[in-house]
Amino acid sequence: MTAILETRNLSKHFGGLHATNGVDLSIEAGELRCLIGPNGAGKSTLFKLILGTYPPTSGEIWFNGENITKLLPYRRIEKGISIKFQVPGIFEDLPVAQNLLIALQHRMSKERSKTELERLMTLLDLQAARAKRAGDLSHGQKQWLEIGMAIALSPSLLLLDEPTAGMSPEETFKTGELVKQLNQQGMTVLVIEHDMVFVRQIAQKVTVLHFGKIFLEGSLAAIVDNEDVARIYLGKV
Amino acid sequence: MASWFAWLNGPQTLGNGRGFWLSFSMVVLLLVFLPFFADEYLVNNIGYFFIWVFMAMGLSLLWGYTGILSFGQTAFFGVAGYTYGIITLNYGADYGLTFGALLLAVALAAIVAWIIGYFMFYGGIRDVFVGIVTLSVTLVLETFMAQTAGPEWAIGAARLNGFNGMSGMPPLTIPWPGEDAIFLEGRTLFWFLVALVVLVYLGLRILVNSRFGNVMVAIRENPNRVEMLGYDVRRYQLIVFIIGGALAGLSGVLYTTWGTYITPSAMGLTAAALPIIWTAAGGRKDLTATLVATVFLVWLSQMLAVKGSQYALILMGLILLVAVMLAPEGFVVTLAKKIARLKAGNSQPAADVPKPKLAESSPPP
Repeated sequence: MTAILETRNLSKHFGGLHATNGVDLSIEAGELRCLIGPNGAGKSTLFKLILGTYPPTSGEIWFNGENITKLLPYRRIEKGISIKFQVPGIFEDLPVAQNLLIALQHRMSKERSKTELERLMTLLDLQAARAKRAGDLSHGQKQWLEIGMAIALSPSLLLLDEPTAGMSPEETFKTGELVKQLNQQGMTVLVIEHDMVFVRQIAQKVTVLHFGKIFLEGSLAAIVDNEDVARIYLGKV
Repeated sequence: MASWFAWLNGPQTLGNGRGFWLSFSMVVLLLVFLPFFADEYLVNNIGYFFIWVFMAMGLSLLWGYTGILSFGQTAFFGVAGYTYGIITLNYGADYGLTFGALLLAVALAAIVAWIIGYFMFYGGIRDVFVGIVTLSVTLVLETFMAQTAGPEWAIGAARLNGFNGMSGMPPLTIPWPGEDAIFLEGRTLFWFLVALVVLVYLGLRILVNSRFGNVMVAIRENPNRVEMLGYDVRRYQLIVFIIGGALAGLSGVLYTTWGTYITPSAMGLTAAALPIIWTAAGGRKDLTATLVATVFLVWLSQMLAVKGSQYALILMGLILLVAVMLAPEGFVVTLAKKIARLKAGNSQPAADVPKPKLAESSPPP
């Protein structure tokens, strides 16, 4: 197996705060990895470094065997990374279908984007809402639309930042099944998630971040059994 | 025929139906025949209203569609107007040279927009700061041109003439093989302006309803998301800024030829604020609304000015305030949506009618 994403000794310091501190994360192609950790562990900062929103203080990011540390964000997206933001970044004033078309049209012909649009609409269960203003969707539907825009790019690496935040248990379950399905179709997925029920549903391997460092990495069972992990979540370390 | 007509319509414009295009054609037809039965004063005046439409539609493109509030479109207006004056005062109007001067002046406005836009967008200037930078540019240009009164401020035969402005440039001419050049004055100028407005309007409709237009409105909604879909947002912003600058430049040249003069106040604070009022009051997110509102408001201020009223500007400000309060989407857009809702309400009893046509039609390539 080859690593699709690798961070090498990656650090981001905000003044004295070491949000990310020498992280060596390696994600293999085809993996579905969960990134967990208490608030302030540096999960979102790590995503922003991978996307290029922040320049790192030191270290390197490699994607598909290429050093992308200095690439502009949109160039990284073109290379095959895609993100679903924590707070949906949908185009509120535009209809749902147009939101997805804007995501689709960048890399495909008009004809293909039309078929793809229908496929995504069905996949996301948004057919009935296609002409609706995206800002008028329910919270769960907004999250799905945001996921839809992220997967419309058919990325080789999908980053999901708390995909189920604010969702009902049913919606969360459905989202989990969707993520698993995408992964089975060959998409590598890296998920930040707090909801352990969701993590249990989808995770194969889990990475625990704590104080900007990788605290532990392993199978879900091993993580759950680890007493130290329980303690950092309760704030004892 | 069917395909290019389809390009004109889409989610980014109001008025995509048969009824709209029918009334559009009738208005155009009426304008074409107007010089045959209206007096010259009226024809000249309506032509004058059309002059401003290009700058306003450029601002609609920038502000309404792409979310870039430029407060200084008059900078490009002035650059192009003065350029036209300098070229034609030096080289005259023979051999259709004025037309070349028009193209050169518009091109120069576009180049200036390119340079300013490059530094703004690639330098990461966003939101309200774009307005501050562009306003500064136009005010600096105004101040600079106002102090060029001395005889040392001349480019060839063209005296810049400080605050009194430049005057006496020849009108536009079109060279005609075997005959004298056609002077674009009076009626001919009017027809030329009508044709230009129609062409630019249709061209811009195709642009905003294209894939490019899709990205424009997405940038207005959320530039960060657009970047995270793999688009180079800066590039799109720069392109739109150049188009907006060129359109303001076109207005500038036409204004200069229409009145055969231009003064620094064309780039001043008042002049800079007016296009914002026109676009905001009509509905900045729609080209048609901007066009209609601009013609109406320029007519209104002119009428008040002719009647000797000093309150035209205050009224313009008032209109802006009222629009912000009562019709944040703009009066024309609000009205158009009301009508669409009424029509939809008549044909189908459903109470919840979303914006018809807006979402249904798929954008062309």
